[in-house]
Amino acid sequence: MKFKKLFGKKVEVVNIGLETFKDDLEKQGQKVTNIEWTPPANLSEPTLNTLQKNKEVIETANKKALEIILNGKPFLVGLDIARNVIPGMKDDLLLHSGPPLTWNRMSGPMKGAMIGAMIYEGMAKDFKDAEKLGESGKIKFSPCHEHNTVGPMAGVVSASMPVFVLKNQEYGNFAYCTLNEGLGKVLRYGAYDPETITKLKWMEEILYPALKNAVQLLGKIDLKNMIAQALHMGDEVHNRNRAGTSLFYRTIAPAIVKTCKDPEITAKVLDFINGNDHFFLNLSMPAAKVTLDAARNIAGSSIVIAMTRNGTDFGLQLAGTSDSWFVGKALVPDALYFPGFSKEDANPDIGDSSITETVGLGGFAIAASPAIVQFVGGTANDAVNYTLTMYEITFGENNVYQIPYLNFRGTPTGIDVTKVVEKGILPFIDTGVAHKDPGIGQVGAGVLSAPMEPFIKAAEGLAKIFLKNKERSLL
Amino acid sequence: MKKSLVRKGEYFDSVSLMIVGKDIAKMEYVKDATVVMATQENKSILKTAGLYLPKFAQYDDTDLLIVIESDHEKKFKEIFERVNEMLIEIRNKKDESGSFSPKSLESAVKINPESNLALISLAGRYAGHEAMKALQLGLNVMLFSDNVSLSTEIELKTYALDHDLLMMGPDCGTAIINHVPLAFSNAVNQGNIGIVAASGTGLQEISSIISEEGFGISQAIGTGGRDIKAEVGGMMFLAALDALENDDQTEVIVLVSKPPHLSVLKKINSKLKGISKPVISIFLGADKSIMKENGAIAAQTLEEAALLACAVAGGFDTAQIEKFLSERKKDYIEIVNNHLNKITPGRKYIRGLFSGGTLCDEAQMILKQSIKNIYSNRASDKTYSLKDSWNSKEHTLVDLGEDEFTVGRLHPMMDFDLRNKRLLQEADDKETAIILFDLVLGYGANSEPLNEILPILKKINREKSGIILICSVTGTKNDPQNREGIITELENNNVIVMPSNAAAADITKLIIQNINI
Repeated sequence: MKFKKLFGKKVEVVNIGLETFKDDLEKQGQKVTNIEWTPPANLSEPTLNTLQKNKEVIETANKKALEIILNGKPFLVGLDIARNVIPGMKDDLLLHSGPPLTWNRMSGPMKGAMIGAMIYEGMAKDFKDAEKLGESGKIKFSPCHEHNTVGPMAGVVSASMPVFVLKNQEYGNFAYCTLNEGLGKVLRYGAYDPETITKLKWMEEILYPALKNAVQLLGKIDLKNMIAQALHMGDEVHNRNRAGTSLFYRTIAPAIVKTCKDPEITAKVLDFINGNDHFFLNLSMPAAKVTLDAARNIAGSSIVIAMTRNGTDFGLQLAGTSDSWFVGKALVPDALYFPGFSKEDANPDIGDSSITETVGLGGFAIAASPAIVQFVGGTANDAVNYTLTMYEITFGENNVYQIPYLNFRGTPTGIDVTKVVEKGILPFIDTGVAHKDPGIGQVGAGVLSAPMEPFIKAAEGLAKIFLKNKERSLL
Repeated sequence: MKKSLVRKGEYFDSVSLMIVGKDIAKMEYVKDATVVMATQENKSILKTAGLYLPKFAQYDDTDLLIVIESDHEKKFKEIFERVNEMLIEIRNKKDESGSFSPKSLESAVKINPESNLALISLAGRYAGHEAMKALQLGLNVMLFSDNVSLSTEIELKTYALDHDLLMMGPDCGTAIINHVPLAFSNAVNQGNIGIVAASGTGLQEISSIISEEGFGISQAIGTGGRDIKAEVGGMMFLAALDALENDDQTEVIVLVSKPPHLSVLKKINSKLKGISKPVISIFLGADKSIMKENGAIAAQTLEEAALLACAVAGGFDTAQIEKFLSERKKDYIEIVNNHLNKITPGRKYIRGLFSGGTLCDEAQMILKQSIKNIYSNRASDKTYSLKDSWNSKEHTLVDLGEDEFTVGRLHPMMDFDLRNKRLLQEADDKETAIILFDLVLGYGANSEPLNEILPILKKINREKSGIILICSVTGTKNDPQNREGIITELENNNVIVMPSNAAAADITKLIIQNINI
């Protein structure tokens, strides 16, 4: 025995555990790599063993899933009305963000948005009427995610709403998302007053045809390329979409001018897009969705392909567990609140927008977005550390989405549930915060870590499939 | 009245939390306080301490529990605010550098591909897993944690040896690798003496004495105490011996441990036949004859082993050491005579309070040469096992680093509170004649030991009479604590400070023998 890698070499210590040992070594002038360790999640023994035994199978499946995610080519190919294009869309169906949810468990902003959508569709004339209808069971509710759709915050989609149509050019699948309403009193934060409904109608009658014609003229718009550029321009395309919106505006404006005959409408439509820094969010989200959906149903894969909240629950889906939802309680974000509001007013986390984190954007790419570091502690360093931490739980790095500050390193991509539970590190999500009561709207913006519970359940769900398959092969 | 605050998903290491807990407990209006992660072990400690609240059941390992007991209801808000501030201070201290701390071994190795040693001190149930990961990443390991299962230890060591990796521990507190002291180790000179130890404080005592004698250490490898038992079979002890034989820096080898299992001893003996370098062995409490056949020079005490190593390294006749040690005993007579008359009638027992386990063993071994009834929580003879470690009986030597004392508390080398209380408790006992204690310096140990212990010693001197205080200080002049200054200050406060643990036990033995005559 010689201990060749140690004796006669400079000792380079990795310290894991007591900080005092690191301090003592540093006092002696030794360089120490100190690990900020957190305990793993509490998994059952059979789950741990099963995942351990199938490590190689999982790894192979994850390689495949990641490849599909990285090869995804999201394009905006058109606009249409929800009932014409969204699979399974019906007049008595309302889609919502997050995992499945019943009327009586809906939070304030979710109920508000549902009521707004019922009024918008002419199903109800006012709040009371709509509430009764919601309780009656005559209206069906279903997650956007189960209809190739995503929606920010409440994410409510009804049959008459116009939607962006996205296609994954590599794999041929589609995804849909409504148009962003801007800030102020908006449906996605649970507003349902006449002002909100009037705006939605304007979007349907004026904005939608103008955009539809313009996109038709252009044929298709490469969103992957646009997101990649936006990251280089200081967006993480979740809480900051200013660059993405600008890029989209530069692309779409000439086409709107060419296709829209009425100069007044042209001006209003252009002003609307230009005046809403989050316009691009409703493109970055379905771009993520259409990319991730292609990686569904890859047996054995532990990669997360949907991560979402409905204001009550947080749910996720894995590439390797078909359409199962793994659900836990949604948490209240740490946020910067608008004047007059505090954490007391905040609703638990809500929205499909964490689909951006799922594809390696948003909180995972926050190092690309120094302009919004006040959400994460105030220094650019904090933002970089958050992104660096996310590499711990992803299976790979993005080939196109990059972070300039990290020498154009690809963003952490492909959240691996086995790493989340083993390291006890949770995905980091940027988010807007809704008031807990319907109709009030946004009260802040900030960040939060996903809850651990759904990840534990997902790991157990994956292990169960392995166990079942083993039983079957024994028969 | 008790109130609690729970911070979900906030992990801190146990030492940081115990320091915060201690600071809070010292605050005005606070009767009792604790800050712990909500592990099963900690919850049961809270139950024992009467600080458990039913709602804690829903929390687990990643949640932080803060419990405050106070009679001042209005003060709770202020107290909790202060606690939050302290926790933020710890977090900020970590973030001070602004540089990124990896969260896992894989990333650590990515950040510094030159990494070659993982120092692991997590709770036992996590430690084995991380140690295996470290080995698989090609890192050598020092596993400080205890409560790692025997089967895990064997698995780790087998893997390590298959890959030419050093696997120190579990329960390895001391090592000096390539002249870098790790965990609880001393700042020793560089030199040509290599040590293999299945005993942490044994290693500290030997390496410190060697260094103070002007010689130095090439490598000091800890194996963890269980390595030399039958089950592990001396796996790492033998491999380390082999490695020192192959190491160009090492010219003299010292082996130190409790007596190994016979099967292991056989392996050591046969391995020694192939070792070309001189070997000094000290198997504390073992019969000297067991080492005779293998050509090693057998020592009886840690100090003797250290001095023999120096003699061999310096090219002196080893017989001089035996002579020096027996000559030195003659000087003791004067010290004994100077102090004997200070002991007041009725005082007749030794009370030994140790922070080093091996030092406690060695003292027992020496005292037993002439005193039979020595009780201890580390007694080799079950007849003299101390039934209640918290209370002494006749002659008693306790190791305050044993599990019954350290659950939920820092090791006594870091936190002096427990021994300070026990010092006063022993001083209160009218039958206590001598209080014998150790003071272990070095990295890992309390950085200001005098601030901790002097007020207590002064109190004993002031309020009690007829008790003799005897101590030895394990450490070197280069340790962060200023050994010389500490010795002087102890002597100024009526403590007999001996040059080694063995010498301290020797003089204790002499005094007691003379009282009883």
